[in-house]
Amino acid sequence: MRHETRRLILLLLPAGIVFAAFFLLPMARLFFIGGSGKTGWAAYAAILTDSLYLDSLFSTLGVAAATTAATLVISGISGVFLQRHKFPGNALLVSMLTFPLAFPGVVIGFMVIMLAGRQGLIGQVTQALTGEKLVFAYTLSGLFMGYVYFSIPRTILTVMAAAEKLDPKLEEAARSLGASPWRVLLDVIIPGLKPAFISAGAICFATAVGAFGTAFTLAARINVLPMVIYTEFTLSANIAMAAALSFVLGIVTWLVLALARTAAGSSVAAAG
Amino acid sequence: MTDTAKPVSISLANCAKTFADGTRALEPLDLAIHAGETVVFLGPSGCGKTTTLRIIAGLEEPDAGGKVLFDGVDVTHLPIEQRNVGMVFQSYALFPNMTVAGNVGYGLRIRKVPEAEIKARVSEMLAMMQITRLADRRIDQLSGGQRQRVALARAIAVRPRALLLDEPLTALDAKLRDTLRLEIDSLLRSLGITAIYVTHDQAEAMALGDRIVVMEHGRVAQIGKPREIYQRPATRFVAEFIGTMNRLTGSVRNGTFTCRAGGVAWAQAPAAATEILFRPEDIRVVESGEATGLSGTVAAAFFLGDRTRLFVDVGEAQPLVIESTARRDFSHGDPVGLAIDPRGLLVL
Ligand SMILES: Nc1ncnc2c1ncn2[C@@H]1O[C@H](COP(=O)(O)OP(=O)(O)O)[C@@H](O)[C@H]1O
Ligand SMILES: [Mg+2]
Repeated sequence: MRHETRRLILLLLPAGIVFAAFFLLPMARLFFIGGSGKTGWAAYAAILTDSLYLDSLFSTLGVAAATTAATLVISGISGVFLQRHKFPGNALLVSMLTFPLAFPGVVIGFMVIMLAGRQGLIGQVTQALTGEKLVFAYTLSGLFMGYVYFSIPRTILTVMAAAEKLDPKLEEAARSLGASPWRVLLDVIIPGLKPAFISAGAICFATAVGAFGTAFTLAARINVLPMVIYTEFTLSANIAMAAALSFVLGIVTWLVLALARTAAGSSVAAAG
Repeated sequence: MTDTAKPVSISLANCAKTFADGTRALEPLDLAIHAGETVVFLGPSGCGKTTTLRIIAGLEEPDAGGKVLFDGVDVTHLPIEQRNVGMVFQSYALFPNMTVAGNVGYGLRIRKVPEAEIKARVSEMLAMMQITRLADRRIDQLSGGQRQRVALARAIAVRPRALLLDEPLTALDAKLRDTLRLEIDSLLRSLGITAIYVTHDQAEAMALGDRIVVMEHGRVAQIGKPREIYQRPATRFVAEFIGTMNRLTGSVRNGTFTCRAGGVAWAQAPAAATEILFRPEDIRVVESGEATGLSGTVAAAFFLGDRTRLFVDVGEAQPLVIESTARRDFSHGDPVGLAIDPRGLLVL
């Protein structure tokens, strides 16, 4: 028994060290730096009272949530489709879809500008059609588009891997009991893909919360937390505020993901 | 409340199946299944049993020209969800995100049956399959036998017009297979439902089928009652696939089939016969002293308690298999006299 425990501790040691070195210590450090500025611990209160900070927190979470939802829907549909229907060019399409994985955020931002910027494709088309130029690259919508574009590849790959493991007999059983394709989707395919959706969604959300390069490229008017932290840090040299914001950003993201996980977990338990 | 919809008669006309990759799984096939009858598709792996079942279910469409009729109505292009057939798979295919009761009630919920009625029907089904106490279990908490009971209950709950079972017992261990086979048998009889049962196990086919369709390489080799298939196999393939078949080679002369081991008196022997076939139960070891003109030597003997299974060398490629109930010991090399009941003789 004692031997067992010792072995367990030994096996957990690497993870424990990494966790302490790269997570616990920096977070603790960040927490204290956040309270070490001119205003002291009030820096944390400011996040809730100062509308600049609070708004940016909400738009960050909002854009991340919207990105996650859109990415899951798009990747869910195309991932299942691509896994099920092997057509000529299927492999090429999949490899092209996974292309954006290799791009840094700056390039993604640049692509959004080319598409929805002042000289962008969407602008030209809408001008020709309606006389009104549609430009949204430099707003949260542009950011949302960039994030979705960036998140789709890994989500599609996760969904495809999970879709491959779905048991086709389950769908056939459901159909034999009278289920329409729509009911099969709701009752068999989506529940079957749920673990993949949760893990891919979590990564997608966290990435969208923290992504900086794209926002930086699309610039100025976008008020998301990573941008605010950057501004506080480099331009205002308000290191304490930057730390406080970073700490809160980390905690809130962690909280949202934990909540999503339990909600998904308990809904599985309730249904099962 | 009746337990099933009125049983349906099913017929296949000219149903062939070629898969997209060019695999010819089924040659053009005609088949008539009567309402309320249990038909077993029997044959070795890959002979097209599942494909035929899936065409009947509506999971596959036959090649152009093929037709599937339910009670004379063409359902060839009707998808499975509109055919009202119950399916039971080898792999159970239970929904892991639902409880046992949730699985059994699924088809009723799809049909928007009132909740109270669903509850009643589900408990009726669970009681019938003797799994009432499992109602709230998750699927991963069940054994294989329990899972297949749930799958049966789920398939029957909606009162399907026909029940289609694809090797439902193959994944279970031998003992459970026997128990569940009996249960399925009495279930099918009590429901009076049209049932199609796919298996590669001839004992299962014999026990369950009102009729057996023996298949080989995408073709029907023989259709008949279990007894007919066993006693009057139409082809060598059927003869050898079902049960054990003994064989002697030789030629016919004046009402006697002569082979290396001696002669077999057979008045109706076809003159051109060069090989005769017979079952182990149609040959016996005679008491010493009784002369039959046929003899061999014991190659191996297995005492099974109620009988001894003997392998007797008669100078052929394969030894004869004989079930002896004689109260005596046999050992390797013993010379034995043999007698064959001519009523059991076949020429194919
Ligand atoms: N979807 C498919 N695509 C191509 N070939 C198939 C497919 N399904 C079955 N086959 C082939 O068709 C033949 C008959 O298969 P099946 O009906 O499953 O046989 P059985 O159930 O008797 O073992 C086999 O050769 C099998 O490999
Ligand atoms: Mg099969």
